[in-house]
Amino acid sequence: MPHRVDAVPVRHPGRWASAVVVLVLAAMAVNALITNDNFGWPTVGKYLFSEPVLRGVRWTLVLTVASMAIACVLALFLAVMRRSDNRVMRYVAWVYIWFFRGTPIYTQLIFWGLISVLYPKLSVGVPFGPELFHFTTAEVFTASRAAIIGLALNEAAYLAEIVRAGLSSVDTGQSEAARALGMHEGTILRRIVIPQAMRVVVPPAGNETISMLKTTSLVLAVPFTQDLNFATNAIGNRIFDPVPLLVVAALWYLAITSVLMVGQHYLERYYGRGFESHGGRRTNRQAAINAARTTPEATVFDDMGRPQGGAA
Amino acid sequence: MTASTATTPMVELEGVHKWFGHNHVLRGIDLTVPAGTVAAVLGPSGSGKSTALRCINQLEELSGGRIRVDGELMGYREGTRRGQPTLFRLTDRQIAHQRAAIGMVFQRFNLFPHMTALGNVVEAQVRVLKRSKSEATERANALLDRVGLTDRAAHYPAQLSGGQQQRVAIARALAMDPELMLFDEPTSALDPELVGEVLAVMRDLAASGMTMVVVTHEIGFAREVADQVVFMADGVVVEHGAPADVLDNPREARTQDFLAHVL
Repeated sequence: MPHRVDAVPVRHPGRWASAVVVLVLAAMAVNALITNDNFGWPTVGKYLFSEPVLRGVRWTLVLTVASMAIACVLALFLAVMRRSDNRVMRYVAWVYIWFFRGTPIYTQLIFWGLISVLYPKLSVGVPFGPELFHFTTAEVFTASRAAIIGLALNEAAYLAEIVRAGLSSVDTGQSEAARALGMHEGTILRRIVIPQAMRVVVPPAGNETISMLKTTSLVLAVPFTQDLNFATNAIGNRIFDPVPLLVVAALWYLAITSVLMVGQHYLERYYGRGFESHGGRRTNRQAAINAARTTPEATVFDDMGRPQGGAA
Repeated sequence: MTASTATTPMVELEGVHKWFGHNHVLRGIDLTVPAGTVAAVLGPSGSGKSTALRCINQLEELSGGRIRVDGELMGYREGTRRGQPTLFRLTDRQIAHQRAAIGMVFQRFNLFPHMTALGNVVEAQVRVLKRSKSEATERANALLDRVGLTDRAAHYPAQLSGGQQQRVAIARALAMDPELMLFDEPTSALDPELVGEVLAVMRDLAASGMTMVVVTHEIGFAREVADQVVFMADGVVVEHGAPADVLDNPREARTQDFLAHVL
């Protein structure tokens, strides 16, 4: 490569020293985990893939996925309502978010567990008027459904604020351009605004999903007793050896979180399309300008932004 | 000017007023743009040029006056209520339908960043005109070719220069087969060396007979391409007429003052 600067780079002894210190500390931590008999690693191995634990993993996944799915749909409605021109919509969404963020999830879950006691029979009809149909609450609100609904309604309040932030992050010029093309408001939201908002929404929503994974252990309050945390606790109490079973639960939560993080990575990459590329914005722009050859005597830059010999 | 007085003008503004809160931005604008002609709107910043343009396709709702495009009243329907002639505001959907026939190009391009250049040109054809994907793609490719960007179809806006982005934006507007094109300072956000390529596309468009209203600071472009130059200041049309008259022999002091600063 011609015209390359030939200089000795700056040395960084501090980087080397700090890396060595941190690696030694990490090795000590791993050693302390593996060599301590109190963790009962053989017991961990015995129960890690046992039938009750696997059933717990399955239920925890079902609770997480189902409640997050319901919460996402609800959150989108709440976020759109909060931005609505309709005052009633704005207030209703605000009160919903205020209430569900303002009361403890544990209390909410107890409440959903008690709903069949509070309302033994639920009916749908005109207020103060005729009843259209009714059902027995206990048959519809089974423990698992109560758990999913409880988790979803609570989560929707948090997600709604994340979605609202995402919608607000999209430049108003975007919906203006779409409007000028004659697109309807619904189409603009679906095709133009939401896809761009997702770039802002996915990272915190990923956080919420991982948080939800562990919040599912609170469904004990319903009471729902099939999830991973309850399963491992039950075994630990039965065999009078709680620590290895805590490790089993921790390993499973860690494994599922890892899978979720991989999923988040791909989601971020999908919704980030068009916003960043390998060479960086500046290099790409420069490449485009050079390719257009509108600047006389322009220097041609390669992919890394380095000038190539000679004029274009 | 070529249009005869017998034909309906493409754009007709009649006593247009616009208030933003207590701010009286447009103070009675009258403007007529015959079909097939180009009107260049000049004036200092804050004179209301862009607002007037945005009123034409109802991106801003007027506070007073009437705007007609190809004889059709924009944003309202004329009817009667209890025997009295009355205006009825159109629904969002009806206004969207009116807008679809008017192309608009923005200062900041406003391309959809999550779609490729081709995707940007295809989108509204499919969603608004209900064209098939293949038909829309064919049309988009032809238009990208027309603005000289055949080899940039698969690029995202962030990978294009400002001049290229603005040419995609023009192609995107043309894909709707508009009868009128509105340009809101289309070259103001561009690096000086990229202005030429956008003006070339616009000049070509004017030559093809498109009716255009161009808010611009490019005096040279106005002189060369426009059939009519409109000079605005403080929310009113100060002076309008043929480019040679307004630009070379301005009658009003404010026009003379403005031109002395920009030329």
